[in-house]
Amino acid sequence: MSEVLLDFNNVTMQFGGVTALNEVSLQIKQGEILGLIGPNGAGKTTCFNVMTGVYAPTLGTVSFEGKNLAKLKRFEITKVGIARTFQNIRLFSEMTALENVMVGADARKKASVGGAILRTSRQRHEEKESRERSMELLQFMGISDRAETAARNLPYGYQRRLEIARALATEPKLLCLDEPAAGFNPAEKEELNELILKIREQGYTVLLIEHDMNVVMKVSDRVAVLDFGQKIADGLPADVRNNPAVIAAYLGVEDNAS
Amino acid sequence: MSLVLNFWLRVTSLFSGFGEQFRAMNKWQRYSAYGLGVVALYLLPYWPDVPVLGQIVNTPGSQFETVLNDQVVIFVLIALGLNVVVGIAGLLDLGYVGFYAVGAYVTAILTSAHGNLPWLLALPIAVVISMLFGVILGTPTLRLRGDYLAIVTLGFGEIIRLTAKNMDWLGASRGISNIKKPPSMFGLKFGVLDAKPYFYLGLTMVFIVIFILHRLEYSRVGRAWVAIREDEDAAELMGVNTFKFKLWAFTIGAGIGGLAGVHYAGKVGFINPDNFPLQLSILFLAAVVLGGSGNMYGAILGGILVAYMPERLRNFSDKRILVFGIVLVLMMVFRPEGILPKRVGNEHKKRRAKSQEGEVAS
Amino acid sequence: MPDWLIIRTFWELTVTGLALGSIYALVALGYTLVYGVLRLINFAHSEIFMVGTFGALLASSQFLSIPLLEDGNYPYRTGMTLIIFLVFIMLIAMLFSGIGAVVLERVAYRPLRGNGDAFGAVVLAFLTAFIVSLVFVDQAKINVIIALLATTPISYAYLRFFKQGRKAPRLAFLISAIGASTAISEAVGVWSKHGRDQYQTPRLLEKKTLFTMFGTDVRIDYAIVIVGALLMMIALTLFVNKTRLGRGVRAVAQDAETSRILGVNVDLIIIVTFALGGVMAGGAAMLFTLVYDQTRFNIGFILGVKSFTAAVLGGIGNLKGALLGGLLLGLVENYGSAIFGGQWKDVIAFVVLLVVLMFRPTGLLGESLGKARV
Ligand SMILES: Nc1ncnc2c1ncn2[C@@H]1O[C@H](COP(=O)(O)OP(=O)(O)OP(=O)(O)O)[C@@H](O)[C@H]1O
Ligand SMILES: [Mg+2]
Repeated sequence: MSEVLLDFNNVTMQFGGVTALNEVSLQIKQGEILGLIGPNGAGKTTCFNVMTGVYAPTLGTVSFEGKNLAKLKRFEITKVGIARTFQNIRLFSEMTALENVMVGADARKKASVGGAILRTSRQRHEEKESRERSMELLQFMGISDRAETAARNLPYGYQRRLEIARALATEPKLLCLDEPAAGFNPAEKEELNELILKIREQGYTVLLIEHDMNVVMKVSDRVAVLDFGQKIADGLPADVRNNPAVIAAYLGVEDNAS
Repeated sequence: MSLVLNFWLRVTSLFSGFGEQFRAMNKWQRYSAYGLGVVALYLLPYWPDVPVLGQIVNTPGSQFETVLNDQVVIFVLIALGLNVVVGIAGLLDLGYVGFYAVGAYVTAILTSAHGNLPWLLALPIAVVISMLFGVILGTPTLRLRGDYLAIVTLGFGEIIRLTAKNMDWLGASRGISNIKKPPSMFGLKFGVLDAKPYFYLGLTMVFIVIFILHRLEYSRVGRAWVAIREDEDAAELMGVNTFKFKLWAFTIGAGIGGLAGVHYAGKVGFINPDNFPLQLSILFLAAVVLGGSGNMYGAILGGILVAYMPERLRNFSDKRILVFGIVLVLMMVFRPEGILPKRVGNEHKKRRAKSQEGEVAS
Repeated sequence: MPDWLIIRTFWELTVTGLALGSIYALVALGYTLVYGVLRLINFAHSEIFMVGTFGALLASSQFLSIPLLEDGNYPYRTGMTLIIFLVFIMLIAMLFSGIGAVVLERVAYRPLRGNGDAFGAVVLAFLTAFIVSLVFVDQAKINVIIALLATTPISYAYLRFFKQGRKAPRLAFLISAIGASTAISEAVGVWSKHGRDQYQTPRLLEKKTLFTMFGTDVRIDYAIVIVGALLMMIALTLFVNKTRLGRGVRAVAQDAETSRILGVNVDLIIIVTFALGGVMAGGAAMLFTLVYDQTRFNIGFILGVKSFTAAVLGGIGNLKGALLGGLLLGLVENYGSAIFGGQWKDVIAFVVLLVVLMFRPTGLLGESLGKARV
């Protein structure tokens, strides 16, 4: 249970003059749900971007199951076992919901041009597998009734869930969710919490970015807090909630904002 | 005005009604419908002999079957290939004529200028070499973003043409003549005068290409292409090896362009650099987008229209191109997705039905 | 020793290369401005340049009634007259291109942005009626009359059918641009006086040596082109940096949506952008006729492709990039032709572009109109 899955080691990420992450170290353990919180612009999404190879860190290393990710291309990182969703939804809008998920499922498949033209038995087998698995995931996320609808025509809540289904389809070990409940009402949030817990039960490790403190506290096993690119706290939800630095940085900001 | 609107709705509902009926047929009915369609297409050269219909389709001033082969078939093949690159994978290629030229020139070199191979043997070699050119051009350039790719491919098309024009080994501006014709097969003789055999051969090529592309489109490969078109970064983060699949799209597109070139060279027997001007690339692209970029059947329709209409409209000879330009603008203003827009899942049926209700009600 | 290495030839190639490059640069500015603001390859910009050359031709041969030859001699002008004439011709060329660019935007692009207006509808209606009438009669005057009669009803219909608020896919813009480009050049090819033939433009000044530098004679027309282009570019830079409209152009280039929210009139800015690009192309057109003394309905195509190459070379969307790319392309072409032979000129240009993009995927100076690095 306490095996380290992802090791974020002293990562610094600079954009021109902006330091989005400043010597952040973070470990994610096998099987846990880690909540990552922080005020706007704290660097949460940047963490995801560094982990998934969108940006190469200015300094520091990220390793997954002891393997350094620096040399890997983005799609290889997915195959190693990290999948993510996007804060601003990025579905393939001209594809159906099912096809979106199948793209994720295809990540683990092998058949390419030759297989497709000749319809080899392996290709047919893989195709069937992709389709069935994707349909299952849509059912699991509760959106299978719109499987044949173009992603762009799905209601907002469906789109958010479809993002998660697509990420799950890549068979990740670590699932990274970037504000999956943004724009949801309390009831929908509650549903999503259940789903996240169910996902964990199936053996996935989850890294969850979330603005809503209540959600994070309820779902997470552990919470890490970023502020201005620095990690200011890391611990059990109850401890973090009472940490004065967190209250000052995070809750303080929230109070001012509301 | 409402009269026009009403008329338009009637016409479109007629078509969608036809579609519904078609989908409602059982498997065997549908297959026989397909079969009839295919037979009708192979009989195309004889259409001008049918009363009424003949009057409508026949091309004034040029032989109908020659137009069918030299224009329509070539354009359809090319539109199919370019549609993979531009329409499905979303890579803006403005130099597609380059691959067409490579296919034609390799055939010319192997069967006439520097070799004595039969046409049938030159065909696979030319297609493979065209694909190789796709790889050579694609490897360095596919890392570039959309519009940079456009200008680089445009440059590629020009480089091919100018190289052919300036190298004696490639016949320079004289070109290469005496290109071998396809061998006689199935009782078809490929001569100089009769264009029909070439048309049958070309149409068969079209069907083979459609078959292959259809299989690719509805597979992991096709999904990867569309995902890349929709959001390249997201696709890569979902595990799509974007570079590999872009290169495949490019290569397959190049191969089909090359195939069209082989067919063209075999038919006309003589090529020179002026057959492959830059403007042709742009015409190809217009065909794909006009018909419906991303939809194979749209691209085919676009290819047919762009190739056939100028021949049909010979009456206003010198203003054909002008009319074509204006039609392009009008089409893009009022139907930017092309005549047959790409479909997503089976949802287009529902959408059309819904929007019609809305329009009638208002 | 190959003759291109002789220093004298080298400088000569440099001067002519810079002159050609200046023209590329001016036209490239139009591509870059529009690309920066709309992310659109304005394929028809080459035709805006062509229209400018015809504007210059009209200004000199019709408005100023300058003949091609006067008593077997060129109708050279000197002193103040020459300067006034040149400025007048340039202004007319700029007017032609500027108006052309603005009309183009209204008719071929704006309806695709989901923002079509009456002007666009009227022009499109006229064009529709015109080409439909062509099916029945082919006599320009009758066609025009029919088209005019039918314009009003059709334009009402078009206004209703414009897809308001719906932006067309990017490819549609490109095809519309290609269509407009084809239509414009063909219209000139069909209806101008000599149709598809080449036109001579009157030669106003004696092309003699102005001064000698590094043992090379610098001809006066080349000097005018280089200096004229530089002045125009300085004026453009000042406009973009110092005026309110110019700042608007930069703001929209950086982020159109935010600009709109902050109260920038985006449609106005787009018109300004096209007008600026058109005016630059008009200037380039006049300078072009000054050096080459000729034009033709399809003269824009290759020059446009080259200028777009120049814009990409320097970093599209970047004004300094257009200048750098244009000059560089002019020079490279000239040196390259001297080394490998003139027939390889275009190949060299494209190979250089390819190599540059290999190492700098967004051009030499990178792309940015908005980022204040204008
Ligand atoms: N590509 C980039 N270029 C420049 N700056 C960037 C880039 N990406 C992120 N930043 C900056 O890094 C900082 C952290 O951004 P990030 O998106 O990681 O914040 P966040 O914690 O996810 O905030 P939010 O809650 O709003 O999503 C911000 O100041 C942002 O402007
Ligand atoms: Mg974020």
